[in-house]
Amino acid sequence: MQYMLVIYSNEAADPQPGTAEFGPFMAGYQAFTERMKKEGKLVSGDALQSGSTATTVSVRNGKTQTMDGPFAETKETLGGYYLLDCKDLDDALACAAMIPTASYGRIEVRPVVVWE
Amino acid sequence: MKSEPLPHSKKARSEIETTVRKEWGRILASLTKTLGDLQLAEDSLQDAVESALQHWGKNGLPNSPPAWLIQTARRKAIDRLRRVKNFSGKEKEITYLMELDALDAAKDHLETSASDIPDKRLEMIFTCCHPSIEEKSRIALTLRTIGGLTTQEIASAFLDKTEAMAARLTRAKKKIALAGIPYEIPKKEILADRLRSVLDVIYLIYNEGYSSSHRDELIRSELCDEALRLSALIASLMQNQTEAQGLHALILLHDSRRPSRLDDTGNFVSLEKQDRSKWNRENIKAGKVILEKVLTKGAIGPYQLQAAISACHAEAEAWFKTDWGQILALYDLLYALEPSPVIRLNQAYALSNHSSCEEALNWLHPLEGELNTYQPFHVAKADFLKRIGKFEEAKQSLLKAISLSTNHQEKQHLVKTLAQLGTH
Repeated sequence: MQYMLVIYSNEAADPQPGTAEFGPFMAGYQAFTERMKKEGKLVSGDALQSGSTATTVSVRNGKTQTMDGPFAETKETLGGYYLLDCKDLDDALACAAMIPTASYGRIEVRPVVVWE
Repeated sequence: MKSEPLPHSKKARSEIETTVRKEWGRILASLTKTLGDLQLAEDSLQDAVESALQHWGKNGLPNSPPAWLIQTARRKAIDRLRRVKNFSGKEKEITYLMELDALDAAKDHLETSASDIPDKRLEMIFTCCHPSIEEKSRIALTLRTIGGLTTQEIASAFLDKTEAMAARLTRAKKKIALAGIPYEIPKKEILADRLRSVLDVIYLIYNEGYSSSHRDELIRSELCDEALRLSALIASLMQNQTEAQGLHALILLHDSRRPSRLDDTGNFVSLEKQDRSKWNRENIKAGKVILEKVLTKGAIGPYQLQAAISACHAEAEAWFKTDWGQILALYDLLYALEPSPVIRLNQAYALSNHSSCEEALNWLHPLEGELNTYQPFHVAKADFLKRIGKFEEAKQSLLKAISLSTNHQEKQHLVKTLAQLGTH
């Protein structure tokens, strides 16, 4: 079953470049990605540029509205995702707990819809 | 055509009801494991129950009603799978079910008994109590799938509308299917956490039964009975888990006081005033035997400690003979494991009996902020104040407790206490 592990965090609370935590934090991501690849679970995964680079688009009555910033006005923004092929929810939850941002922000685990 | 009542139908109906209630959890769990789909399993079992009503009414009872039910349910599942629109995707499941069916037929299923059905209830209860399901739904789902209570019975236990409870159960089952919650005993690394979730659900069922937060009924016996049954089941299925044993001991010990908790007119009786000769000695003995065995294993947890506290009360011949020093020490251990203000509140109560009410009141001070809307906090405070003669302050606390009370009988009890204070 495919699950998307959506990574949310308060960017200011994440380890920042130049601090002692930053190196292990990034190494943790590399190790996690490698592990998922090795276990045959990795479908895809990406990190996103910061929330300040986001643009939100909506179309109402045929008119396109473009706004700066992310859609949800919360402190925690979408920072990246992994798409994994897992055995079941418990497997996916265990993977989510290994993502370095789990220690700073939150990981939302969502099953992917299978169109029959 | 209007059908006539069949000669055996009454006996069959009662036999079906007994069998279904007794074997529901076991059959449903096994069927779910085979089908991988709880909703389909439940619907198919329901179909089988209906056809049992017809067949058993006409032909009498089969040798093994549970085996009959599970085989019929499997055939009903095949029918249901064939009826779904995207039949092509279901061939694998159908083939598997037909193989099972053939196997059963070859074994002569009439000779098989309920104990031949593989017991998958433990797997099932872990699924129902998965932390990704909302807490109230975990309780409802456990009562439905393992306990075999009907949706209507569960709704009435929670004073919900049947439709609302049905919708809640459907949502939960959908989540299990869509989110891929497994029908498995969790891996070692997460077992302790998940078991805690299961035990908490059973404890919540018991608590809702023992001190019903609603309406006029202080005790809802069917929920107490079900919790007792579930805790016995999980204790027997997980004999090496000390907390599973601890919960079963706790419920046995606590429930031993059920007969004395209400007086003849149905009013609440406090532990101090209870007629101890009414306590269920058999349950006390059973609880203590479990506890003594499990406490030596050195894997102490909150349920074992609460059971030990309950055992202290059970052992005391009279209220004034209670070993409050021992109870205080047990609360210390409990607080170390789970630092919660409610535990401190209970401990303060033991302290008021062990040393003094003044000391107990001092303990309450730092809890006031967190427990201000917690009714038992104000009941305890009023009690301590009353016992040291501060009647006016005690009245204020009682009024606050009454305003927070949601149960009619409990409220009556507090109003009576308030009236007694007025005479001072």
